[in-house]
Amino acid sequence: MFARSLLALRAAPLSHTRGLQTTAPRLSDHVFLHRNTPENNESIPFEFNSENIKRAAEIIAKYPTQYKKGAVIPLLDLGQRQHGFTSISVMNHVAKLLEMPPMRVYEVATFYTMFNREPVGKYFLQVCTTTPCQLCNSDAILDAVEKNLGIKVGETTKDKMFTLVEVECAGACSNAPVLAVNDDYYEDLTPEATVKILEDLKAGRKPAKLGPQSSRQTSEPITGLTSLTSEPTGPGFGLQKGL
Amino acid sequence: MQLTSSLTATMASRRRMATIAGTATRTHGNLSDQDRIFTNLYGRHDFRLQGALKRGDWYKTKEILQKGDTWIIDQVKASGLRGRGGAGFPSGLKWSFMNKPGGPDGRPRYLVINADEGEPGTCKDREIIRHDPHKLVEGCLIAGRAMNANAAYIYIRGEFFNETSNLQEAINEAYKAGLIGKNACGTGYDFDIYVHRGAGAYICGEETALIESIEGKQGKPRLKPPFPADVGLFGCPTTVANVETVAVAPTICRRGGDWFAGLGRARNSGTKLFCISGHVNTPCVVEEEMSIPLRELLEKHCGGVRGGWDNLLGVIPGGSSVPVMPKNVCDDVLMDFDALKDVQSGLGTAAVIVMDKSTDMVKAISRLSAFYQHESCGQCTPCREGTGWMAKIMKRLETGNAKHAEIDMIEEISRQIEGHTICALGDAAAWPVQGLIRHFRPEIEKKIDAFHAAKAAQTAASASSEAAAASH
Repeated sequence: MFARSLLALRAAPLSHTRGLQTTAPRLSDHVFLHRNTPENNESIPFEFNSENIKRAAEIIAKYPTQYKKGAVIPLLDLGQRQHGFTSISVMNHVAKLLEMPPMRVYEVATFYTMFNREPVGKYFLQVCTTTPCQLCNSDAILDAVEKNLGIKVGETTKDKMFTLVEVECAGACSNAPVLAVNDDYYEDLTPEATVKILEDLKAGRKPAKLGPQSSRQTSEPITGLTSLTSEPTGPGFGLQKGL
Repeated sequence: MQLTSSLTATMASRRRMATIAGTATRTHGNLSDQDRIFTNLYGRHDFRLQGALKRGDWYKTKEILQKGDTWIIDQVKASGLRGRGGAGFPSGLKWSFMNKPGGPDGRPRYLVINADEGEPGTCKDREIIRHDPHKLVEGCLIAGRAMNANAAYIYIRGEFFNETSNLQEAINEAYKAGLIGKNACGTGYDFDIYVHRGAGAYICGEETALIESIEGKQGKPRLKPPFPADVGLFGCPTTVANVETVAVAPTICRRGGDWFAGLGRARNSGTKLFCISGHVNTPCVVEEEMSIPLRELLEKHCGGVRGGWDNLLGVIPGGSSVPVMPKNVCDDVLMDFDALKDVQSGLGTAAVIVMDKSTDMVKAISRLSAFYQHESCGQCTPCREGTGWMAKIMKRLETGNAKHAEIDMIEEISRQIEGHTICALGDAAAWPVQGLIRHFRPEIEKKIDAFHAAKAAQTAASASSEAAAASH
């Protein structure tokens, strides 16, 4: 009896629908493993160039001598800027420079989201989609970028020019929605303004205006100042008696 | 049971939690430009040393430093300044922990500035750093002198690259002018300031995680005690303070603690940078007096709620970590620590996220749950697993694909996370969900009912079409 039911079970076609759980299986954002690829393996040499060696020395000098490893985050960042992404060779070089076990560097590189452990395009597009931006329709910005470039979140264009990622709060919420291209913020976006920025970048031009793409300069109310309308007070204004 | 009911009765007749009894009739708000501390908030003037000197920064800094640590701490205590990073701990008291009786023990002391501004909704420190960096640099020196620190590390989030350049330039100028470094301002006191850029981790805004991160490790919070004032950065006494807290210190010392204490309600004194985002006509960052009514803040500086005040659905008053308030609470609530605590929310970082009636509240809070899942460091099990569970359930509640009992279930999960983790990220993840259930439970129930009604209609339709097909 038991054997027959077992047989029946085996005969039943393997179903691909998920029975127990209705939500989609979502794995972690990144794979924390390193797998050798032609562009990222230990045999690719990496060393800081002469300019960055100087910079690295300046950075290391900020930390007490016995705590040199404090410089690991800035140095990985420096390596990423030189190499284009934080490859295993970059991590190994930083470990050697700071006399740290390589594993400690890998731990740091996998923990912080700004380290790209895979190659990315020349322009790294980071669309903020956290609630304040979402309220200001960041989904439309994401859509506009996806349509214009023909890629989805997490992908790179074929010509290796653009990589698109979704990021958590970029910290410019009064100027939502926000798109960061490499280190520069573009704020107060509309889908049209976003496409214009992308077209500028494609044509090799620097977009005309950094920061807010609306008529305002920074984070003041767009209809005009409601505070700080008078000249700032000078030295010694309201100085207390004791001084 | 008897005891509980009598206790509730006394509670109700008594004044509400933390507010002082019989508050004066004075209204707050309407801060004059002369009382604003961040006079270059919008970057209309030069952020460099020349411009800063013209606006009164670095004026009589030498005299302030020469007054000594006790004088500075007394000024800050008199001002009633509470930490601007979210917790609202009295700053003067916190700084005084660094000067223990018995004198120095031979270890260096550090001041660490938390500029890892990542709380959704918050964008005030960015404005200080890029437009008024000398306020922060001078603040570091004065706060450092108050706690006899040897150096300050400013931990700034890695995404703020251009802002970091402005700050670094201000520091370089200050070194060149002899304002900091060896013999700072000619007082014989040595003080260094270093900038450390982070690399994109919200959790590094927690003070012990921030210390770990500067030490070159994963940003995983430490168990307290020992508190950073005993064993902090590099094993030395450390105080971590928010950018805004430290940047207002020089002005407090110059104009006196009494001036600062005269603004806002008692125990909630001073001015505050409010960052308003979301569904208002003109979102902005603005410096206003503490205890300003929320409605006045939005109508005076932000052009009001989109579509009028009656179109308001809810407000998150202090960044993503605090519970949402429905409109009836928003009508007359004051923006300060105690008033918001009384309505079961909090001032947090004063990042006001406004949501009008077009907002899908469940979706908005669900996005926050996804945020906390992403940012949990994974050290404590309740937070690592719980944030994931909450995000999953919230995702289903967005479409209503759930059972009614699951609302209570997610509430219970949030209670299991809250208070059972090393740092406050677990609490921060739990509170938005609790706030949603407290005030917007009918919204969730409506979604669930609609989903099941639609599903039943669909099944009935397909059954009838099948029956029709079979009869042919």
